Amino acid sequence: MKNPLDSVMGTIISGLVLTVVLFFFAKNFLG
Amino acid sequence: MDLLIDRWLHVMAGITWIGLLYYFNFIQVPSMAKIKEDGSATAITKFIAPRALLWFRWAALVTWLTGAYYLEKSGIGLGNAFLLKGTAAYIGLGVWLGTIMLFNVWVLIWPNQKKVLGMVEASDEAKLKAARIALLASRTNTMLSIPMLFFMVAGSTAHMSIMISF
Repeated sequence: MKNPLDSVMGTIISGLVLTVVLFFFAKNFLG
Repeated sequence: MDLLIDRWLHVMAGITWIGLLYYFNFIQVPSMAKIKEDGSATAITKFIAPRALLWFRWAALVTWLTGAYYLEKSGIGLGNAFLLKGTAAYIGLGVWLGTIMLFNVWVLIWPNQKKVLGMVEASDEAKLKAARIALLASRTNTMLSIPMLFFMVAGSTAHMSIMISF
């Protein structure tokens, strides 16, 4: 499998996915 | 008043840091193959990249220090943020991401870029390895900057209720 960080678009999409994951983590488990 | 000035410095240093990070990742690195073909790579490697890296790494440090000062002086607490305690949890996620990014800048990107740019002695093989490490660390920081900025914004008081009620 290709490393998503090898392309700019892959990097941005990975960042957006990570944001969504962390958002739901924060909402459900923190605060 | 000192908190206001500190936050102002934090935002300015942050713009300098992340702005240069995006310049490296969105403009300089993807253009390097064509710049080399054109024979003008020396302008980048000898003059532009070292200056950009100088501002980049020190802006990263100033961003972290002014952020830590703000958390301590505002009563939120740097420790509470790192421990993701209570209302400090959202900004805490941003603090963790920002801290990992600062580590990447000083421990992975800068030492390896010095080899790539010929600022320290390195064999061709070591330079290739250093370039790969620096690229992946830089791309990792670009990826982490997206949720980091989200949680910096979400962690401010005005947006906390939106986060909780979503």
